[in-house]
Amino acid sequence: MRSDLVIINDWIKPNSRVLDLGCGDGELLSHLIGNKSVNGYGLEIDADQINTCIEKGVPVLEQNIDNGLQNFGNQSFDIVVMTHALQQFRRPDLLLDEMLRIGKECIITFPNFGHWRNRLHLGLKGRMPVSEFLPYNWYDTPNIHFCTFEDFRRLCDERGIKIERWAAVDGDLKGHLWTRLMPNLFSETAIFHVSR
Amino acid sequence: MPDVIPVDSVGIVTPKIAQFAEPLALTCGKSLTSYQLIYETYGTLNQDASNAILICHALSGDHHAAGYHSMDDKKPGWWDSAIGPGKAIDTNTHFVVSLNNLSGCCGSTGPTSINPETGKIWGADFPIVTVEDWVESQARLADKLGIKTFAAIIGGSLGGMQVLEWSIRFPDRLRAAVVIASAPKLSAQNIAFNEVARQSISRDPDFRHGNYLNEETLPKNGLGLARMLAHITYLSDDSMDSKFGRKMRHDAFQYNYDIEFEIESYLRYQGEAFTNRFDANTYLLMTKALDYFDPAARTGGDLSKALEKATCEFLLVSFTTDWRFSPARSEEIVDALVKAGKKVSYAKVEEDGGHDAFLFPIPRYMAALKGLLNRIGNQIKEEAN
Repeated sequence: MRSDLVIINDWIKPNSRVLDLGCGDGELLSHLIGNKSVNGYGLEIDADQINTCIEKGVPVLEQNIDNGLQNFGNQSFDIVVMTHALQQFRRPDLLLDEMLRIGKECIITFPNFGHWRNRLHLGLKGRMPVSEFLPYNWYDTPNIHFCTFEDFRRLCDERGIKIERWAAVDGDLKGHLWTRLMPNLFSETAIFHVSR
Repeated sequence: MPDVIPVDSVGIVTPKIAQFAEPLALTCGKSLTSYQLIYETYGTLNQDASNAILICHALSGDHHAAGYHSMDDKKPGWWDSAIGPGKAIDTNTHFVVSLNNLSGCCGSTGPTSINPETGKIWGADFPIVTVEDWVESQARLADKLGIKTFAAIIGGSLGGMQVLEWSIRFPDRLRAAVVIASAPKLSAQNIAFNEVARQSISRDPDFRHGNYLNEETLPKNGLGLARMLAHITYLSDDSMDSKFGRKMRHDAFQYNYDIEFEIESYLRYQGEAFTNRFDANTYLLMTKALDYFDPAARTGGDLSKALEKATCEFLLVSFTTDWRFSPARSEEIVDALVKAGKKVSYAKVEEDGGHDAFLFPIPRYMAALKGLLNRIGNQIKEEAN
């Protein structure tokens, strides 16, 4: 499993009702359903990914998150998850509000743009970072709202969103001391577990 | 006519008839003392009868879903593209049952049958049959075939409503419900279309209050008109435009009331062809069954509550250009299932074919069906071992 998914998997309680926004091939949900007996649904818009989920037996709903999530009731899920997608939406802040309306808790992961390699790339080369982890050019990237670990923490502060816990992950998931001490500089992926 | 039966066809099939002597109490308050259902099966029922799939047909469908009745057949069954060895509904692993619903006109008891009490053709006296009644009669057919639990029950449009009813009425008799291009109930616009269709039939002077067969007439004009109207609602604006556009019959306008455009000719042909194979009273009954269906009415309008009893998993499929039963109608069912915490998946298939798309072998749609049915097939095999 992808490193951020391993951590999320640990954070979700058995038998929870889980909504995974942008579930891809259903990797996380498949794990959670198999090992934690969660009752979960994934939202996805890619036809092949949807068929993969159906084949695996992961409940998947074709729904474009950009068109809203009004069909889901207030606090109708124990936990709403969004991995590596928040930065792709037009208004991440409003989406976060929606997620916290639907779920009692939320887990969000995103690529930390403040990672030292990105800073070096931009600072020294003067060009937008392109890496194995973020393989897009500035003009074709789906990631239209990059933020840093620190940016997201502040957004939560401003909005009165409670950070239950966080994790900072570098590529190999080792959880080095320096990543924990300076997540904004050393984490490739930021993981936040938040609630209202 | 097929010169050779294709390798992925179920081949030549012969319909069977099941007789039922136990009376069937109908929703309308009347009952049928005895009746028969015509059906076909494809594939082989396994030892513990766990690999059966039931196909529920739509308004004008019948039991002949796949294969050919003889080498002289011009076309195979109505869903041959989905049913066969190696196809989405794979007859190598599943045993497929397809019947003509009660009140049909293709061999099951209906308005064209003889009323045993009068010795005359039922005609308009045939009692109104609902989706609930169909499901009840389908369950009796399953009993007769020794099938306690279906691996899946699949239906499009009106067929999807039967599947939904199955999931509520007999929750332990199916593992998966596949509801395609359907709706939890008709909208006012849907009912309005049905009413125009019914009026065009009943206002035909040859309708004779539904007694046309005994009086040896046929309301061909009315039935044809009803079909023309319905046919428009099965196609999308785009698909009609790409197929016909403003293509003309002649090089120049004739400035009279004969056919000028190809679409007019096409619709007339469709209407005419339909009257040769379908019974007007059956058409009236089928449209009424559509109108009456509303499982949520039994739970104070709460569809989610109506679906609470269901224990099977669901697959919903809709098509983007379907305006007869638009994706939003399927999504009503999906939302209700999610609210009730049921296992459900939903695919909204991009396709310009309108409502009729549910009959097309669209790769993505077929792959979704196959993915679900293969998984269930494997589960069944694992459980047997």
